[in-house]
Amino acid sequence: MRKLTRKPQIIDTTKRYDSILSEGEVWPVVRMAKNRKEFMESVIDESCQRIKKLRPGLNRLVEELELTRYLERLRYKINPWKVDPDDEVPFWDNVKTGLVEIEGAERLKKQELADEILHDIVERYVHEITGNFKPSHYQLARRIIKFGFSRLLNASRIKGFSALWKGDLTLQDKIQITGETEHLRKLARIGTVVMVPTHFSNLDSILIGWVIHTLGLPPFIYGAGLNLFNIEIFAYFMNSLGAYKVDRRKKNLIYLETLRTYSSIAIRYGCHSLFFPGGTRSRSGKIETRLKLGLLGTALEAQRINYQKQDEGRHNKIFIVPVVTNYNFVLEAPSLIRSYLEQKGQERYYVEGDRYEKSGRILKFLIEFFTKGNNISVSVGRGLDLFGNFVDDEGMSLDTYGNRINTRDYFIFKGQLTTDIQREEEYTRMLSEVIVKEYHRINRVQSSHLVAFTAFQMIRRKHKNLDLYSVLRLPYDEIEIDYESFRKTFSKVRDGVIELFNKGQIDMATHMTNNIDDVIELGIANVGMYHTNRPLLKNKKGDIITKDIHNLYYYHNRMDGYELEKYFR
Amino acid sequence: MSSKNTSDKPVGVVGAGSFGTAIANLLSKNTDVILYARNPEVTHEFSRTKMLQGKFLGENITVTNDLKFVADHCEIIFPIVPSENFPDLIDGLSYFIKPYHILIHGTKGLIVSNKNGEQDDQMQITKDDVYTMSRLITEKTLAVRVGCLAGPNLAKELSANQPAATVVASRFNEVIAEGQRLLRNDWFQVYGSNDLVGIELTGVLKNIIAIASGALSGMGYGENARSMLISRGLIEMIYLGKILGANTQAFLGLAGIGDLVATCSSKDSRNFTVGERLGSGEKLEDIMNTIEETAEGINTIKIMVRLIKGQNVRAPITESLNKVFAGDMTIHDALRFLMKSPFSTDFDFL
Repeated sequence: MRKLTRKPQIIDTTKRYDSILSEGEVWPVVRMAKNRKEFMESVIDESCQRIKKLRPGLNRLVEELELTRYLERLRYKINPWKVDPDDEVPFWDNVKTGLVEIEGAERLKKQELADEILHDIVERYVHEITGNFKPSHYQLARRIIKFGFSRLLNASRIKGFSALWKGDLTLQDKIQITGETEHLRKLARIGTVVMVPTHFSNLDSILIGWVIHTLGLPPFIYGAGLNLFNIEIFAYFMNSLGAYKVDRRKKNLIYLETLRTYSSIAIRYGCHSLFFPGGTRSRSGKIETRLKLGLLGTALEAQRINYQKQDEGRHNKIFIVPVVTNYNFVLEAPSLIRSYLEQKGQERYYVEGDRYEKSGRILKFLIEFFTKGNNISVSVGRGLDLFGNFVDDEGMSLDTYGNRINTRDYFIFKGQLTTDIQREEEYTRMLSEVIVKEYHRINRVQSSHLVAFTAFQMIRRKHKNLDLYSVLRLPYDEIEIDYESFRKTFSKVRDGVIELFNKGQIDMATHMTNNIDDVIELGIANVGMYHTNRPLLKNKKGDIITKDIHNLYYYHNRMDGYELEKYFR
Repeated sequence: MSSKNTSDKPVGVVGAGSFGTAIANLLSKNTDVILYARNPEVTHEFSRTKMLQGKFLGENITVTNDLKFVADHCEIIFPIVPSENFPDLIDGLSYFIKPYHILIHGTKGLIVSNKNGEQDDQMQITKDDVYTMSRLITEKTLAVRVGCLAGPNLAKELSANQPAATVVASRFNEVIAEGQRLLRNDWFQVYGSNDLVGIELTGVLKNIIAIASGALSGMGYGENARSMLISRGLIEMIYLGKILGANTQAFLGLAGIGDLVATCSSKDSRNFTVGERLGSGEKLEDIMNTIEETAEGINTIKIMVRLIKGQNVRAPITESLNKVFAGDMTIHDALRFLMKSPFSTDFDFL
């Protein structure tokens, strides 16, 4: 094995974090929940202003309203979801009537009517988006998660009913939090944190919610896909944990601007926020390489407005904290990879469906999760400012030489702090590149990822005349990898990972440096462990086989982007 | 946007070579200028004669050899120094550059910076090791709002106030708008482009073809030969540019084909002159020892050859010139080789 020049972080699962806020202090998110009505009003006002700025003049505004109505009608006719409210049809019919009225109205009245319709639509959207965060529910939900999960965990580990009430094992043994946790806690105290995790599974929201709580941080608000609210168990927790709703079917300008405004105002309010900047779950199993810039842009905008207000207060600075979730098993892997291959292979239009796992299946998974050994780790990255510079524990931005930077200067043009949308779009794009780089750097490689990568690459190399789709159609009895050659190749790839690790370009679990056979054994045992058809198994001869090459491909993709393919040429 | 805004700070030009001085003079029509010269003797001479590069400077141009003075007084700076001096300049400037600075460079060369610190200049390099000047600026300083100048801008003609045009490229619209406002005058048109990397690379890669064109002249060949070279050369530029991430479009505009035609036909182009002397039989070493200012094309050829080593890229002009430089091929053999190149299609990049 290649020599290590630094050591993988050993995770202290016994570490307990106190709440970062002392008693009596009010979290901005609680303040926001209390002033909910006022908050929503300000979102409605600002959204309307923005939209009117983007569509100046009566004619353009009316055109936009008409387009919105048309798109909304299309949506509820073609792609209705269970969570959609019952009054969709009457509401949009009303809008239609209003638009007809404008046509016949007097010139002065026209603007007034259009403004009214805009206001109604925005108001409807704001009500839909706004979460139902209640501090009391948060406390309760949090307790249920903590109590329920740890009971389950202990009952399964230490057999016997009485064990149900002993708290020997905690969630922290199952879900390991690694990386810059203390740093994150410090940042959350001095500014507003925007956490940007990778997105692999619907469980991410709950997982991250738990991490936030465990680290003693106040609740974060976050945008969760509206479709998730179809599942009762998620809906309950997410409402309680400060989620607001994002409907990806609605792509009209009015909706998108309202959503952006919501996020921007909440950040300016000082609410810590959570975005999944990849947009949707990674279909391929790859770490995101392209991020959605919309919501990320609202953080940048909020920062500029904070500076414009010259408010030197506590929540003046905004920090971006990348987070990577490392799973050995992703519940939705089979359907995700199928839709990825469908999209890529046939360029077929893919309708975003609302069919998700039923609550029952999720519960079953949760029980399995706690009864079998399957550790999840969550890596917290270093804080960044909105311009991709690292910040220190005091929240000051640093250049590559370690000098402090005044980030206000990024908005200065000819001595003045100016608003320039195109400039901010460019900054957001640059920031997204830094986040992607950070994802790859803090990604904590587990043996399961690497065995999947090695196995799939070996299969591809053996059938190098076939394209990807043909490889994925190979009959399973033709796929068998001789253990000895697997071991040899795996060892080379692991050395490659260690080399990257030494250079600080990737992170790695401590078990990765164990005896090679043990690492492989652990990896095979863990990779996609709850799928009916396991991606990797050993046969009686001890050679390596697969029962589901699609899933194997999915887990293999996790190691994409590190140029490890070179070890297979 | 008013061009005579009294609150405007002066604009900095770093590099008092022929192009830098010409740009300073152009800018001085619209704004006050601080011109930085590395060599204290130059400032000395200027204060005595009020002349630089044999030209009188505009009255509103101040000459200095203090980089901090430039950075403190100017928010917009045009670094115009040869690529070989660029890393040193950036090292010096990085202490003073703040995120509010706008840098628009006019350097048409590349830098190799290998992270492993390898000094072997024969070794194969990857795309990541090759820096355009804008990449160097953004990675080594706090400046983010960066742009470049490119186009058929022969310093001599600019100094004589002949009609011309240039391209200001930047990802930031405000940088383009400022560049246009500051440079534009009745005889100087300024176009904008958001394709920073593409525009930079057109300016860099055309120097290779300019050397080849000069060589044809030096060997006594005429316009048929030159046209053949320009059109084949453009295709080669596009292939090379693509390796470094450029799109085809940039090569078809003013900074691409426009600049290519100008430098491939003009004895005022340093790269053309180097080629011409090669064509008339001089050795590279002797030429290098006697030219006053850097011909970027020589270095660019060496870098591109290292980059394409082992890759399946057709760059016969670049590779042949590199062999001529190394003395492995005569310029006449290089031409014979090019004439035999088995290209069956005219172009296939669109």
